[in-house]
Amino acid sequence: MLSVVLAPFAASLLAPFLVARLGDRAALVLALVPAALFGWALANLGEAYPGRVEATPWVPGLSVPLSFNLDGLSSLFTLLITGIGTLVVLYAGGYLKGHARLGRFFVILFGFMGSMLGVVLSDNVITLFVFWELTSLTSYLLVGFEAQKPEARRSALQALLITGTGGLCLLAGLILLAEAGGSWELSDLALSRSWLQDSPLYVPALILILLGCFTKSAQWPFHSWLPGAMAAPTPVSAYLHSATMVKAGVYLLARLEPALAGSEIWLYSLLVIGAVTMLTGAVFALLETDLKLVLAWTTVSALGTLVFLLAPSDEPSVKAAMAFLLVHALYKGALFMTAGNIDHEAGTRDLTRLSGLARVMPLTFAAAAMASLSMAGLPIGLGWVAKELIGTAKLADDIGFTLTSATIANAMVFAVAGIAALSPYLGKRSEAAEHAHEAPWTMLAGPLVLGALGLVFGMLPQLAADALITPAAAAVLGQKPVLAIAIFKGVDWKFLLTLATFAAGAVIYLLWRRFGAAWRDASAPILARGPDRGYDRLLAGLASFATWLTRLMQPGVLHRYVGASFVVVALIVLASAFRGRFTLAMPSDGGLVVEWAVILLTGAAAIVTALATTRLLAVTALGVVGLGVTMIFMVFSAPDLAITQFMVETLVVVILALVLIRLPGFQLGTPQQRQGPAALLLAVAVGTGTALLLLGVLAEPFDTRLAEWFAAESVPGGQGRNVVNVILVDFRALDTLGEITVVAAAALGGLAAMMRVGRRRADAPPQSNLGEPR
Amino acid sequence: MEPVLAILIGVLVAVAVWLMLSRNFVRLLLGFAMLGNAVNLSIFVAGRLTRAAPPLIADGAVAFEGAYANPLPQALVLTAIVIGFGLLAFALVLAWQAHVRLGTVLTDEMRIAEPLPEKKEPAS
Amino acid sequence: MSSLILRAATRALAPLLILLSLFLLWRGHNEPGGGFIGGLVAASAAALQGIAFGPAAARRMLWLPPAAVAGVGLAAALLSIVPSALFGLPPMAALWSKVDLGDGAYIPLGTPLLFDVGVFLVVVGSVVALIAALEHKPE
Repeated sequence: MLSVVLAPFAASLLAPFLVARLGDRAALVLALVPAALFGWALANLGEAYPGRVEATPWVPGLSVPLSFNLDGLSSLFTLLITGIGTLVVLYAGGYLKGHARLGRFFVILFGFMGSMLGVVLSDNVITLFVFWELTSLTSYLLVGFEAQKPEARRSALQALLITGTGGLCLLAGLILLAEAGGSWELSDLALSRSWLQDSPLYVPALILILLGCFTKSAQWPFHSWLPGAMAAPTPVSAYLHSATMVKAGVYLLARLEPALAGSEIWLYSLLVIGAVTMLTGAVFALLETDLKLVLAWTTVSALGTLVFLLAPSDEPSVKAAMAFLLVHALYKGALFMTAGNIDHEAGTRDLTRLSGLARVMPLTFAAAAMASLSMAGLPIGLGWVAKELIGTAKLADDIGFTLTSATIANAMVFAVAGIAALSPYLGKRSEAAEHAHEAPWTMLAGPLVLGALGLVFGMLPQLAADALITPAAAAVLGQKPVLAIAIFKGVDWKFLLTLATFAAGAVIYLLWRRFGAAWRDASAPILARGPDRGYDRLLAGLASFATWLTRLMQPGVLHRYVGASFVVVALIVLASAFRGRFTLAMPSDGGLVVEWAVILLTGAAAIVTALATTRLLAVTALGVVGLGVTMIFMVFSAPDLAITQFMVETLVVVILALVLIRLPGFQLGTPQQRQGPAALLLAVAVGTGTALLLLGVLAEPFDTRLAEWFAAESVPGGQGRNVVNVILVDFRALDTLGEITVVAAAALGGLAAMMRVGRRRADAPPQSNLGEPR
Repeated sequence: MEPVLAILIGVLVAVAVWLMLSRNFVRLLLGFAMLGNAVNLSIFVAGRLTRAAPPLIADGAVAFEGAYANPLPQALVLTAIVIGFGLLAFALVLAWQAHVRLGTVLTDEMRIAEPLPEKKEPAS
Repeated sequence: MSSLILRAATRALAPLLILLSLFLLWRGHNEPGGGFIGGLVAASAAALQGIAFGPAAARRMLWLPPAAVAGVGLAAALLSIVPSALFGLPPMAALWSKVDLGDGAYIPLGTPLLFDVGVFLVVVGSVVALIAALEHKPE
């Protein structure tokens, strides 16, 4: 199965070369890859129950294998991904004929295909998450494929941010799930319901996983990215944003149903969110004029229905969900492709400008008609079967809310099916229809095949049920279900309800034709305040927060950086000084007169440096401090240090003298250079903290082992009697090597800075609000 | 004498911080030099002090007889002094070049890399 | 800044300082001194030369450009690692050999001495380079 998942990635790598060599015909060759995978999935249908797990080591150090599971649920999805994938690749060859970036398109599309196969086949939750994120990334690239359009870039980013945030939640949720369930394999977790749901981690894990699934599957209130994703080329909309990727959330819910379902929190969150999404999608679909957006909103509605159906986790509901999933993928893929044909051949997708296309585009019309029969649920398409199952499922629970909301949504979807399949094709030929003509065969194959499949399954429902729906439902339920499907089961009140739904749908369709424009005008101000607006607000707020934070952290003024650093130093030093048991060292002896004299002189010189108002005094006082330190080294048995310090002090005075005579003086009195009490307080705090910390350190007993080791090894091991030098050039020579490298680097830096000015002075400095160099 | 030196180090650190908080780049560098002295001293003092017993083994001997100063902090501080000098000199080069190029030694006027924000907020 | 007395004194002092620096470098392993101290003394000789006779004179004292001196020093320090590698010892393990002068006297030569010479050259080169950078007049 690893090779199945990797095959599309291989095709992805080959795609640019094929496109460069064959042009548009590359699509015909590339379509063989998903077609072959489709054949593989068909051949393996027999193994779909109870499933087959294969594992390949991937990151053995972290126990993350590439493990895959082929059971009913994953084989249903695999068939959809590869089957619709084949048709979409063909379709894209026609739709993007001659497009300059066709090669890149196929790279990303096949990357997506492999990732999506990875999602539905993965058994390991980490592997699943990696592929899940890959689908988000490839979706981002495909939505933003027309990157020259600002709208496409915005939509792409929105899709990425929403699904990406959800992805992070999902990762956390999956980790909690694995911890609580005791396994990282989904096939094991499916058996862990009894102890998993008693775990304290169950509720947080469930909420995080639901967030991940709801964002991916565009549930309210995270749905706003899906209509935006229609900025992608139509093959992408047909593939990712109706048939496959948006179903990943639904897939994961179904996959985790055995482990997570059954609790009230699962039931009500899926039921309510699903119902709200279902109704929102249906209502908004009626308010759009862009054919693709109408379809996008019905996709939102359909995803809501699927989530809704997964809520009760009983047999009829799950079977209904699986049937509806199959139906929806078939008809929605077909409808998107017909919408793409209209856009491609008539030059517009605006429903108000489209009518009478049936005569110029008969085959497209036929495909749209077949698909919409299925979508509307009329008694010939597979939609009817699914609808019957949904009806059974809804009746199985006695909550009036679900029946009502589903009936209303069904009626509206019925109306939308009419809008999508009838409105552009019937009636008088509009101006746009005059110039239109039929699409090429590559763009007809997809919609016709998918539409026809819907009809075939509708007439032979047992075929779909046995091969696909029953095994998938079995995987979700963890048992082998029996599915009895009949097209017509006699007149009962459920049948009457369905007829009433159809009638209501027809009425809505007629009302839409009459009053559609008025509805749009009335709803526009309300729609402007929806979640999409909230997303914009959130993003703008985030950007201004980031700006504020950056200004706070990076004011661009050196003394503020220095101040902030010292505030942190003061806090750390004071905190560590007062941590735990704290005693201060007290002077144990009186000390020699010369020591006191040197210390007092050094301290006094330091204070003079701080107060000096002229450069000369400051440098002199600093020099005295250096000499004082030299004498301290000398008094306390460090002749090497004393010599070094003395030489350095001499050179410091030389270089300070070299530079300071060319720089302006201090002007400490001016407001620009005056230092406030805050600086004084900070200086005293850091100084006091350092002294306290050092006194605390001195109160601790001293560990002399290192000193003794160096002293003992110096002559025998280092051939030297100056222990300090032996440490520097022998015992710790690697440190010294690093240190002389630093010194050399400082010198190179100084030389570079000097040469830069010598060479670049002729150029004007970067524009600024400062005066030119004097 | 270690505690007395600890207090001296505190004074040196306070003066160094005070100087480094100045908006005048030259004073900042003086503070930088002072801070280097203070840090070197504190490493030296933390290794404990010994009078009149440098870590030099007598000619012909293999080991110390009697007390000797801790050699390790001395080795650490010795390189630190030289590095401190290198960095100070480098910073002085920068200060000098900044003065040549920008005509100022005041840090809040050195704003070419990070200019003040425009008053106008970007339209969302 | 340059006066007759300074120049006369520098002519006498600079060679003495160089000798002193080499002496400090040599004896550093046993008495106070070593590469750092020797390097600083030699650098101060160069600085004195620079103050008395101008930057060009300071650079002439080194034969090579200061940055090149520092580079040679780093190379020498790195070279001192090679012998231990050749003998399969841990990196930077010291190797010594005694050069016999007769009468039982000998000069110990070893990789740490080479390393210290490297330190010496890096310090001289770097300090002179930095002073040169500060003396540089952009006009």
